[in-house]
Amino acid sequence: MTDINKIYSELTIIGTGMAGMAAAYFASKNKIETTQIGINSGIIYSSGFFDLMGVHPIEDRKTWENPWQAIDKLVSDIPDHPYARLGRSNIESAMDQFMEFMNEAERPYMVRKNQNTKVITPVGTVKSTYGVPRSMWAGAVALKEKHPCLIVDFWGLKAFSAKQITDMLMPRWPGIRPLRISFPAVGPSSDLYPEQMARSLEIEANRIQLAEAIRPDLGDAAALGLPAILGIYKPRQVREHLEELLGVDIFEIPTIPPSLPGLRLKEAIEAKITGRGVRLLSQKRVLSAAQNTDGTFELSIGDRATSEIQQIIGCNAVILAGGRFLGMGLHAGRKKIREPLFDLPVFQPEDRALWHQTNFFDPRGHQISQAGLEIDDSFRPTDLAGKPVYDNLFAAGSILAHQDWMRQKCGAGLSIATAYGAVKAFKKLNIEHPTSNIEF
Amino acid sequence: MEKNLKTQVLIIGGGATGAGVARDLSLRGVNCILVEKKDINAGASGANHGLLHSGARYVSSDPESAKECRDENRRLKQLAPDCVEETGGLFVAVEGDDEKFIADFPGYCDNIDLPCRQIDISEAREAEPALSDKTIAVYEVEDASIDPFKLVLENITDAQKLGCKFFRHLKVVKFNKTGNNIKTVNLVNKNTGETMSIEADIVVNATGAWAGQVAALAGTHIDLIYSKGTLLITHSRITQRVVNRLRPPADADILVPGGTVSIIGTTSLRMESLDEIKPTVAEVDRIVGEGASMMPVLETSRYIRAYSGVRPLLGGGGKGDDRSVTRGFDLVDHAKDGIENFITITGGKLTTFRLMAEKTADLVCSRIGVSAPCQTRKIPLISAHETRWAVPGFSPKNWFNSHDKDDLLLCECEMVPQSAIEEIVGYFDIFDKHADLNGIGKRSRIGKGSCQGNFCSLRIAAYLYDRDHLSSDQGVSEIKSFLNERWKGQRCLLWDTPVVQVELQEAMHCGFFGLELNPDS
Ligand SMILES: Cc1cc2nc3c(=O)[nH]c(=O)nc-3n(C[C@H](O)[C@H](O)[C@H](O)COP(=O)(O)OP(=O)(O)OC[C@H]3O[C@@H](n4cnc5c(N)ncnc54)[C@H](O)[C@@H]3O)c2cc1C
Ligand SMILES: Cc1cc2nc3c(=O)[nH]c(=O)nc-3n(C[C@H](O)[C@H](O)[C@H](O)COP(=O)(O)OP(=O)(O)OC[C@H]3O[C@@H](n4cnc5c(N)ncnc54)[C@H](O)[C@@H]3O)c2cc1C
Repeated sequence: MTDINKIYSELTIIGTGMAGMAAAYFASKNKIETTQIGINSGIIYSSGFFDLMGVHPIEDRKTWENPWQAIDKLVSDIPDHPYARLGRSNIESAMDQFMEFMNEAERPYMVRKNQNTKVITPVGTVKSTYGVPRSMWAGAVALKEKHPCLIVDFWGLKAFSAKQITDMLMPRWPGIRPLRISFPAVGPSSDLYPEQMARSLEIEANRIQLAEAIRPDLGDAAALGLPAILGIYKPRQVREHLEELLGVDIFEIPTIPPSLPGLRLKEAIEAKITGRGVRLLSQKRVLSAAQNTDGTFELSIGDRATSEIQQIIGCNAVILAGGRFLGMGLHAGRKKIREPLFDLPVFQPEDRALWHQTNFFDPRGHQISQAGLEIDDSFRPTDLAGKPVYDNLFAAGSILAHQDWMRQKCGAGLSIATAYGAVKAFKKLNIEHPTSNIEF
Repeated sequence: MEKNLKTQVLIIGGGATGAGVARDLSLRGVNCILVEKKDINAGASGANHGLLHSGARYVSSDPESAKECRDENRRLKQLAPDCVEETGGLFVAVEGDDEKFIADFPGYCDNIDLPCRQIDISEAREAEPALSDKTIAVYEVEDASIDPFKLVLENITDAQKLGCKFFRHLKVVKFNKTGNNIKTVNLVNKNTGETMSIEADIVVNATGAWAGQVAALAGTHIDLIYSKGTLLITHSRITQRVVNRLRPPADADILVPGGTVSIIGTTSLRMESLDEIKPTVAEVDRIVGEGASMMPVLETSRYIRAYSGVRPLLGGGGKGDDRSVTRGFDLVDHAKDGIENFITITGGKLTTFRLMAEKTADLVCSRIGVSAPCQTRKIPLISAHETRWAVPGFSPKNWFNSHDKDDLLLCECEMVPQSAIEEIVGYFDIFDKHADLNGIGKRSRIGKGSCQGNFCSLRIAAYLYDRDHLSSDQGVSEIKSFLNERWKGQRCLLWDTPVVQVELQEAMHCGFFGLELNPDS
């Protein structure tokens, strides 16, 4: 066992999804010595939009203009919702600080004060969200103001149809038109992928060619919408250069997952967080977790695929941000839902027959989505009696019970705010355990 | 658009029976129209076990049906070889099964000259390693598996080539009579709300479990009981042969292989109505449990789809198990009820669909004075070019052979290119150009791969917009109803990996696109 590398960390965050990343950021901001572990997460599937709170009650399909009013109502109707543990000022600080961080990471977000913003999705529906990537902002403005607008798509780029988007939006936005062109500067391949297109647009000459291809059809358009292909590493330069060439506002519409906005988020956040001193073990998995007699945790770390232990982490506290079934923070067996690492109690429907509705799109959502970890006011998973299972184990993000981020439209907000709550609770409890008897 | 049509024979119901009648009559030169309220195989024909019965299953309870199965089994192997996989079948008893039933079985088979050979248990377990080590008796019979989708598609396509018209999404809602005759039939397109009327010399009611409802519309009565059966498809093929439990029919006692999967079932639940025919979690757990006593791997197998169908069983029904009610078919000439030109054909089995169609067509022809004899005993059912996309394995093979790089793959799991989508949409009838994803799904493999429609629904919807096959906000309802159709089969099988997949699907279609908030158009 001597060749297994052991490291020590004050705090370990399990999960590199939105919640894990936000927790890592808040921890680094608070100068907490942090290690973070995780595999791929929901981030790369994400649209790039930061939802805060959009729909409540979901069964009434009630959408809200003001996310804070929505949260007030939600918290009074569902006192177990994770947002209820935070209060508005905490959620607001969490969001503000995270937006600031995104700015620093050069992935700026736009927010309307106390207001949700309507944005366009790749199937042409309109969605209410809170934080909008700067690269998509002009679309939200054009939609709101109904500016004459051209939506461009490309031969060979599947599942993105300007015709579909404009057909869907036409009734509320008569000035919107579709245009299909060939994508310049990608060889003879007829199957195009957003990543390949984005790389090609990082080259100036290709942007000039693209602008030339669009210009003849620009007409009266004041805004121009494209699939999210405007660069990976330098999206701002790519967009601004095209705006300059064409003289209109340009915006991206996210493509279907996994899309570039998700990838850009992941890369930028990872770089920034490691820059801030977080030790990031990416593409690694916590194989098992155990508590030492002194209360510290010992985590065995391995590769995503194998179960061979490569590293041991000792730590004073853990924030578990393992996500749900997709993230693998929860596991659904034929009989029961479990939390596989600590075997924490999981709030869940009594019977598998109750997990899912008979209509996939049932406006009430599926009961399985409410399953998850129940927590105390310090974001610590609790047992059936409501007591924390461990004094120094916290949880954040979608793994938490009594929320349905997919239907309530609070995905990123829930992750960011509960991560903030968990880090704050960790700091407040100021956990200090003797570490002398651990070998490192 | 022409809203009033005339024909010699109107056939109601696009399942195996209606399709069989359409082909039979068309081969005899009779002019006919086939209408279906949803799409092909919307009823029992799209929700059965796919077992081409040798007859052995019915030797003790219903020897007449057993004989019909025996003969039709042999005939279909000859006449529709592309729809049949000659797997052979086993009857298997395990410890605890009724010894007397086991001992009597070969005698019952002998009574009707049904080949049945006892085989050594170790030999059987070598051939089929999935069999339980508690197996105590094994007999070999001539069972086979049959692809009901291909069968019905081929029958309809052949009939269409002979001049029969087929309309989807047209529901019979009213019969207009003059005296003792049905003069015209009113129909409604359930997607568009458009109405149509058809004038026919004879009307054939081939609506399976709905036959009673349709008969009632005509002012007459058919006595049916409904027995729901649920089936599970495994992710991989469990056995080479059909495996039947050697006991009186009970839950989960047949496993039918076909292509790369196996189907285990069924249950039998009396239903009062035809409205909520869906599998339940309790049925799934019961099938897995019962099936595992014959083949233990079923306990841990991965399942990809659950579905339920309704058997219309004839005659008031007794107390016992509905499976003991006759599986024979009922051909009713409603002249006896005072309607001269109305015929109902219901009950029966997929295995006997051709025979049912033959008897029905004989009766129709005797009424309209056509003397041409039945041709379906002789003319084989040849695979049509039009049906090839529905065949598992065709798309990938075609893709690797054709190398047309401009022909983008819209369904990446099953490798269905956009040219296939375009071609299939072209087959939709002239009255119903609406390019529905479910209709494309019935005629190709889209949505049947590992993504279960999550991604291909989006790629195909975008393509259909580009080609003007969809417009305004139709895409949203299309994506939703396609995913919901897949969902019916997934819902009760969601544990382990499938839960992960549906979470991604919900995150995309609800979390990201908000489709649950959009009203259906
Ligand atoms: C398709 C899709 C669309 C989305 N669209 C939106 C949107 O429009 N707006 C919005 O606000 N949000 C959206 N989201 C993102 C959503 O906000 C987040 O996915 C959600 O908040 C959950 O984040 P999470 O960090 O809790 O979980 P996840 O993102 O699932 O992350 C869980 C993490 O835990 C790790 N993990 C689990 N177990 C272990 C272990 N044993 N060892 C190590 N690591 C482990 C996983 O590897 C992963 O890194 C979308 C997500 C998806 C999937
Ligand atoms: C669970 C189960 C397992 C089975 N397994 C087997 C097996 O392994 N082997 C075997 O040989 N047989 C099997 N069967 C039996 C076999 O499936 C049926 O006998 C056969 O499919 C019946 O075909 P059909 O065309 O008569 O009826 P259906 O296939 O039910 O067709 C009737 C059609 O009529 C349509 N319709 C109804 N009302 C209207 C209206 N008003 N207007 C227009 N159209 C209408 C319906 O939408 C439907 O498509 C099984 C049946 C079930 C339920």
